[in-house]
Amino acid sequence: MTIAEKEQEILETFSMFEDWMDKYAYLIELGKELPLIDQQYKTNQYLISGCQSRVWLYADLMDGKVIFTADSDAVITKGIVSLLVKALSGHAPDEILKADLGFLEVIGLKEHLSPTRANGLTSMIKQIQLYAKAYQIKMKQ
Amino acid sequence: MNFPVDEIRKDFPILDQKVNGRPLVYFDNAATTQKPMAVINRISEYYLKENSNVHRGVHHLSQLATEAYENARESVRKFINAGSKSEIIFTRGTTESINMLATIVESRVNEGDEILVTAMEHHSNFVPWQQLCLRKRANLKIVPISQQGVLDMDFLKKALNPRVKFLAVTHISNVLGTINPVKEIVKLAHEKGIPVVIDGAQGIVHSKVDVQDIDADFYAFSGHKIYGPMGIGVLYGRESWLNSLPPYQFGGEMVEKVGFDMTTFNHLPYKYEAGTPNVAGALGLEAALHYIDNLGMDKIIEHEDYLLKIATKKLSEIEGMKFVGEAPDKTAALSFLVEGIHPYDLGTLLDQMGVAVRTGHHCADPLMDFYGVPGTVRASFGLYNTEEEVSKLVDAAKKAVQMLR
Ligand SMILES: Cc1ncc(COP(=O)(O)O)c(C=O)c1O
Repeated sequence: MTIAEKEQEILETFSMFEDWMDKYAYLIELGKELPLIDQQYKTNQYLISGCQSRVWLYADLMDGKVIFTADSDAVITKGIVSLLVKALSGHAPDEILKADLGFLEVIGLKEHLSPTRANGLTSMIKQIQLYAKAYQIKMKQ
Repeated sequence: MNFPVDEIRKDFPILDQKVNGRPLVYFDNAATTQKPMAVINRISEYYLKENSNVHRGVHHLSQLATEAYENARESVRKFINAGSKSEIIFTRGTTESINMLATIVESRVNEGDEILVTAMEHHSNFVPWQQLCLRKRANLKIVPISQQGVLDMDFLKKALNPRVKFLAVTHISNVLGTINPVKEIVKLAHEKGIPVVIDGAQGIVHSKVDVQDIDADFYAFSGHKIYGPMGIGVLYGRESWLNSLPPYQFGGEMVEKVGFDMTTFNHLPYKYEAGTPNVAGALGLEAALHYIDNLGMDKIIEHEDYLLKIATKKLSEIEGMKFVGEAPDKTAALSFLVEGIHPYDLGTLLDQMGVAVRTGHHCADPLMDFYGVPGTVRASFGLYNTEEEVSKLVDAAKKAVQMLR
């Protein structure tokens, strides 16, 4: 599946829930599916700054594709990072960098989150893009 | 309970709204309180009918505004039973009051001196003193607290030595709800000749403050936490102290005579009110203090204590519930955590269900470090909160915990 197709799939799932409580419940479930970061990388180096709760993110390159793993001490945050990982993990750096992540707008996640959490989401996306950028450069060399 | 809370709520139209489709339950009163119509109307009235600069013109409006502003000062004096109106300085709030103090006392603090603060201070009664110490190579000493959240009085007694130049302590903790025995603390400090600065941001809201009885040298508070407007606050300072300290800011209003070579300064309280003051804010604050007087502080305290008691009791039914701050002498603020659940998750879901609580470090990082927690969820009560709202908080917390486990 392309990133766009995955985004569409996530959107469809979210649209099944009318109430934001149900959407949160779904986010919490998503958090449980997050591919967990290896314990050895759960250090300050992999901590994303700008999040109120702690979020660790790690990226590996396998067969030209970026594989993300992550964790957080807050389960809703874990769900949010899981959402991003679900859409973006397993794709080439080029594809990740081109993704417009429009599905986040449609879900209304950003508007719905508290400003501090919305900032955290922005930081997560930036960190994901940084990893993709770094691997893109590495692959060209 | 014969506290007329249903009637009272009609004075606060903002409470009558929905958040995420559910009736708002406002439990973030320690951060700021909502304003009764009396306050809102007073501010409008000022701008509709009285606005003018104070202490300047001889024209009618200016006299009206000046008189209103000075009456507001008198109302504040009465409310805290200060000895004189000269001791009431209008500021922007607690933070400005304390920063001002920590600046004007600078020449009184020298290398090797000590300033005492406590482990339960809000950043605004901590950082200004810490920075003063750094500027003057003085030492900041911290009075510890017990696990329950009670000040270590034995430590305090021993720490009061001749090197200590000031003791800064909060009247009531915004996180733990602990009511500190300020009168006793002042007495101990004064026995050693040490002046005491009290952060009254919460104290003014949840206790009957009499600065002469407490014998405080300085007492700071904010209007917006006591149902008044934002941007107005008070620094009470003992007259003898304020007379002996230098001005803070320079400009209009605070001067007596300005020449090219020198300037003489105005007397108290104007010496500390440079520039055009927040007149509407002062009038709004006055209206808020009258509102409280009309309801009766004793009754308000009784009502809030009742809410605290039932909230504590009902929340403790949740498995893994842990309260941060369990002082025997406690009021209106209830900080808690649930084992295995991040406070941000809990706060987010509570908000989702229309319950506004505060989540985070509450501007008290040293205190969070002491308890070894990333933050807490805090429900803080005000005079318009109801028992029914407490039930909603408890139900919402139960539901959130169930989802997050
Ligand atoms: C105990 C305490 N001190 C100081 C402050 C700071 O008050 P302000 O932000 O109004 O200056 C607060 C407000 O959160 C407080 O609760």
